[in-house]
Amino acid sequence: MAVSLAFHIIFAVVGMGMPALMAISEGLYLRTGNPVYLDLSKRWARGTAILFAVGAVSGTVLSFELGLLWPTFMEHAGPLIGLPFSLEGFAFFTEAIFLGVYLYGWDRVPPFLHWVSGVIVAASGIFSGIFVVMANAWMNAPVGFELINGKMTHIDPIRAMLSPAAFHQTLHMTLAAYVATGFLVAGIHAFFLLRDRQNMFHRKAFGIALLIGSIAIPLQLISGDISARMVGKLQPAKLAAMEAHYHTGSRAPLVVGGWPDDEKMETRFGLEIPSGLSLLIGHSPDTVVAGLDQIPRENWPNVRLVHWSFDIMVGCGMAMMLMAIWAGWIRWRTGALPDYVWFLRGMVVAAPLGFIAIETGWMVTELGRQPWIIYGVMKTRDAVTPMPGLGVTFAVFTAIYLVLSVVLVFLLRRQFVQTREDH
Amino acid sequence: MLETIVSAVMLVSLIFYALMGGADFGGGMWDMLAFGKRAEKQRHTIAEAIGPIWEANHVWLILVVVLFFTAFPKGFSAMMISLHIPLTAMLIGIVFRGSTFVFRKYDSQSDSVQKRWSTIFGVSSFWTPFFQGLILGALTSGQIRLSEGRVSTGFFAGWLSPFAVTCGFFALALFAFLAAVYLTVDARGDIEIQNDFRWRSLWAQAALVPLAVVVFFTSKEGAPLMFRGLTTWWAPLLLGWTSICALAATVFLVLKKFSLARIAAVAQVTFILLGWGVAQFPHLVAPDITVYNSAAPSITLELLLIFLAAGAVVLLPSLAYLFYLFKAKKQR
Repeated sequence: MAVSLAFHIIFAVVGMGMPALMAISEGLYLRTGNPVYLDLSKRWARGTAILFAVGAVSGTVLSFELGLLWPTFMEHAGPLIGLPFSLEGFAFFTEAIFLGVYLYGWDRVPPFLHWVSGVIVAASGIFSGIFVVMANAWMNAPVGFELINGKMTHIDPIRAMLSPAAFHQTLHMTLAAYVATGFLVAGIHAFFLLRDRQNMFHRKAFGIALLIGSIAIPLQLISGDISARMVGKLQPAKLAAMEAHYHTGSRAPLVVGGWPDDEKMETRFGLEIPSGLSLLIGHSPDTVVAGLDQIPRENWPNVRLVHWSFDIMVGCGMAMMLMAIWAGWIRWRTGALPDYVWFLRGMVVAAPLGFIAIETGWMVTELGRQPWIIYGVMKTRDAVTPMPGLGVTFAVFTAIYLVLSVVLVFLLRRQFVQTREDH
Repeated sequence: MLETIVSAVMLVSLIFYALMGGADFGGGMWDMLAFGKRAEKQRHTIAEAIGPIWEANHVWLILVVVLFFTAFPKGFSAMMISLHIPLTAMLIGIVFRGSTFVFRKYDSQSDSVQKRWSTIFGVSSFWTPFFQGLILGALTSGQIRLSEGRVSTGFFAGWLSPFAVTCGFFALALFAFLAAVYLTVDARGDIEIQNDFRWRSLWAQAALVPLAVVVFFTSKEGAPLMFRGLTTWWAPLLLGWTSICALAATVFLVLKKFSLARIAAVAQVTFILLGWGVAQFPHLVAPDITVYNSAAPSITLELLLIFLAAGAVVLLPSLAYLFYLFKAKKQR
């Protein structure tokens, strides 16, 4: 499941971000008549097609795997989180339909309608992401039921859908999709620009992607701040693990990196910013932040993994923010597309950062919830299928996804290499 | 009442999946079985026909699953536990099929590369629907039992029976038939290709009839509940309509009335699945789990139906537009 999700999340994110890029480019073509934009949206559409198809099949697998691996979870949670999933089904339907129109309709649909179908793909991509994350938010902050004798009764699916974690999680995920796609695509085109600085195709592509990424990243930092404070309120154990924060108290330091030691309840070799955590959570050094000492030991998540994942995510976000500031600075000073050699090199290096941040951020939210599958209600080990030999399934799917990833990288590379030859 | 409506929606979605997604599988089978000097042209026709619509077609399956776990969570859980193995096998098929289809389209057009993707695509086009038929057969078989709300018959019950395996083959023949009939219409403008698919649909129909008989007779042993369902008063009516449609499809194919044959084939498949659904009702996992004893609280079902209605308002026009664009508006 974890492997499937880790794999699927990449395609889901691309499915949210890429259609926006291709629709923007086609919109620019319709406005300016510059054929480079048309060519660009066609190229991006091909990449989207490949990734969307793999995202669609891995998504199908996931909808089954929820039940194959966590039948007991689905048995209890299905009535509560089924609604966002059914909405997601419709959003995904719309996305698939209009992607079909977009990919195969270049010469069958009038230009404006064609562009509109691209916009619909982009919009429904966002909606399907939001609905799925809503279901996940409920696992983190389960509401909309009464627990009587271990059974959920008096359920209220609408309240469950709008769980207190829903807003910040969906916001954070949606922005993440734009940050990650923007930086990845910009990085790829930066790579080609380094070889041929005057290539109009790559210049336009780089410009659009960089703009999207640079707008999204500062917003993402703000949403990250909102998220951290909400997590502190809803899931103190997760926040404490993220920050490797063992002892409750005010003037809590912010620990970056280091080696969290659960036995001694301290983090060695970390960089400590005095009162940093209290400032972040309550905007005042006097804010009391609950530590892991408030949580029974058997309900601790894996502090090391959560803390390190969190630091990697934040680190990636900060690095991308710096790149965005740099880009804005060059743009402000010269009024031109930032194409300094060192800036382009930096962008190439920054290309995967958004996806690394997404993977580690997802680990933070999932591992940080452990040992619970529904926070405070059901433990993961009670939800798992009685099926023996799950290791086999796990190995098979891991192998399949590895092979698919290799083929994908190879195929996408082909699409870009062709671009180079054509221009 | 709510349970009945939701399960009816599930059955309708399943029928749509068979009519659209099923035909895509059939297309993959004929892709694999293409031979002779027109093989390339046949493959081309298939790829053109599937390309724009296959992703939307497969969302029907996701819809069925989502409805299942939202509305009948206990039934879903029982199915996922008892049929873990064939479901996983089916999923592997789905992954390979979908990804090799796009790989083939966007990878190098050189023969060896194309051949590799085509082979995987073809094999998984057989593999996946076989397991789908098998799984439906297993749900019907009555061999998956529960005691105290837990699956008690282990992981191999139901789906290894002759009945379930026959259902698997039946699904294969059904989808192959459907695809070939559709392709006769898609291939209009090329009489030779059209004729190729006409013969293929007739072969598939010829395989389908004896298989249907075998399914019927193995169900006496292998799925007693369904057998009882198929021998009640209304059954001859449905069986009669199925036979009339099958006959009509065959006659239209012989007479080369392809559009009419397509309508008859759609009706034939619809009646078959409808018959299965009605014979199975109200069981989800026969005999212990019914739509009534596994249903979610009524508030969930009510909301689900409201959401479904709202979703349909968006979905149906979009879907109609897609098919209008790529199926009706064929003449360029």
